[in-house]
Amino acid sequence: MNAHTTELVVFAVLFLAVSVMGFVAARWRRPENIESLHEWGLGGRSFGSWITWFLVGGDLYTAYTFVAVPALVFGAGALGFYALPYTVVVYPLVFLVLARMWSVSHVHGFVTPADFVRARFGSPTLALIIAITGLVATMPYIALQLVGIEAVLKAMGITGHLPIVIAFAILAAYTYQSGLRAPALIAFVKDALIYIVIIAAVVYIPAKLGGWGHIFDSAAAKFAKTPAPADGILLTGANQLQYVSLAFGSALALFLYPHSLTGVLASKNRNVIKRNMSALPAYSLVLGLIALLGFMAIAAGTKPIVGPGGKADSNTIVPVLFDQLFPDWFAGVAYAAIGIGALVPAAIMSIAAANLFTRNIYREYINRDATDAQEAKVSKLVSLVVKVGAVLCILLLDPQFSIDLQLIGGVIILQTLPSVALGLYTRWFHKGGLMAGWAAGLAAGLWMLYLTPNPANGKLHFGGSAFALKNLGLDTPMTIYTGFLALIVNLVVAVLGTLLFRALKVRDGEDATSRDDYFADEGDPRVKDLDLAGSH
Amino acid sequence: MTTREPGRPRTDRSPWNWLLVVPIVLPLLTFLFNSDEPRLLGFPLFYWLQIAFIAVGVTCTTIVYRMTK
Repeated sequence: MNAHTTELVVFAVLFLAVSVMGFVAARWRRPENIESLHEWGLGGRSFGSWITWFLVGGDLYTAYTFVAVPALVFGAGALGFYALPYTVVVYPLVFLVLARMWSVSHVHGFVTPADFVRARFGSPTLALIIAITGLVATMPYIALQLVGIEAVLKAMGITGHLPIVIAFAILAAYTYQSGLRAPALIAFVKDALIYIVIIAAVVYIPAKLGGWGHIFDSAAAKFAKTPAPADGILLTGANQLQYVSLAFGSALALFLYPHSLTGVLASKNRNVIKRNMSALPAYSLVLGLIALLGFMAIAAGTKPIVGPGGKADSNTIVPVLFDQLFPDWFAGVAYAAIGIGALVPAAIMSIAAANLFTRNIYREYINRDATDAQEAKVSKLVSLVVKVGAVLCILLLDPQFSIDLQLIGGVIILQTLPSVALGLYTRWFHKGGLMAGWAAGLAAGLWMLYLTPNPANGKLHFGGSAFALKNLGLDTPMTIYTGFLALIVNLVVAVLGTLLFRALKVRDGEDATSRDDYFADEGDPRVKDLDLAGSH
Repeated sequence: MTTREPGRPRTDRSPWNWLLVVPIVLPLLTFLFNSDEPRLLGFPLFYWLQIAFIAVGVTCTTIVYRMTK
């Protein structure tokens, strides 16, 4: 362990510094009373362009992304680069949608996507479905942030779970106290560190390895030697459709995750959101460069750390590469960037999950007359429960289980698209049609995931999100993103179901929103006494 | 903040919005960039052109933001 002392010291100092920031954040932009979800859970809905940029960027580009994307590029090549088109496509795609979501949430005081669905379709049941889908998709994502920290700790020679437990205990304590203000403040440090590390990495490492041309050539040579036909530094005929549908499907899914919306709703007006849609791609550039670390690792001959079970942990590729090539103190900075990079999204995700529980389960089914202070109290407690759950997931279960769950999470969160995203544009769908579509999409998605094996680790089921079209009887080696196909099933059933329910004259819910709500801006009147029942 | 013209319902419709389609479609057309040559600073076309699409995205969203503010 001595070889890593400098790294450890730098890592620990930076980690402690942001922990202090997390607690101090409670006083930052201090409101008169933090005991409401608008304050604790959304930072007072007052964040301007800069804070939103750091917060949303810090939220979307997680520690797990930083270790898993280059690991995928390292293992599969060009396919792993889907993360770049994904994050180019997403911002123009949601540009108008998020502004509408912000406006209607501003007017009605919505905190979660399920709040919106509740009011728009007048259906507590549909809202509950959306809330539970969000919870199920978010939980494994939080657990994966721990996988990110663990990869870094492993590279520093630290094994055992105690450090993870301590890190999450600190995180839980300051999230409890400061709410969304904590990750908002820490995001400044996280993003600054990430930018410094990546800029240094793309200048320093290629120079050390003999230039970019050589890096790509070494990668091409490695993939040419492997038996797998689909890897390489370019796409093949078999995985182009997968690349495109995965990039597009992931872009559709990103802002359906409750935690992505939390950052958006915390901004103070529509222009902050629109301006950020053109500023957030700065992170896409960083992500693209991070992905290429996978090729650098190939050129540098990096070997992933082999665990006690004899299984190589490909997520350790980037930390090991840094250890190999950076001076110790800077490797420490890089590790801190990844470690802190786990804290920001983990905090926001646990806040988003807690808000879902509070607003759409507690308030709906347990205490209908909950006060603002009671809501804040419940959310704070649930945010603790969520983090304990995430730690237990990692301690008790194979981390592979969390990775599988997160894969499923992406597929199922897409099934909320007709209610949440299309709902912002049209009230045409019948609530029953939306529920039927959701169920059909979910069933189709799980069935396709079940049929997908992973030859790399010998798993027969839930082995990835690339669904082979030959399962449908098509004579082709092509694969497609499971979530994308499942969404199509969902939409078809939602449309047919709506037509059917209309024809049978089944009662539909009432819409509590009006057309103007979708274009309201800062300073416009709000619905003061929130009436989600739609009886006004 | 948007100023409200009396008597006219607000909307987010604008012909400029069509510009958003460009950065959504361009990165999904693999035939444009699935090639090694020509290389730029050692980067195969596949990588440098997709990175360049970020600039297309930023340009289009910025224009739409400015013109519809």
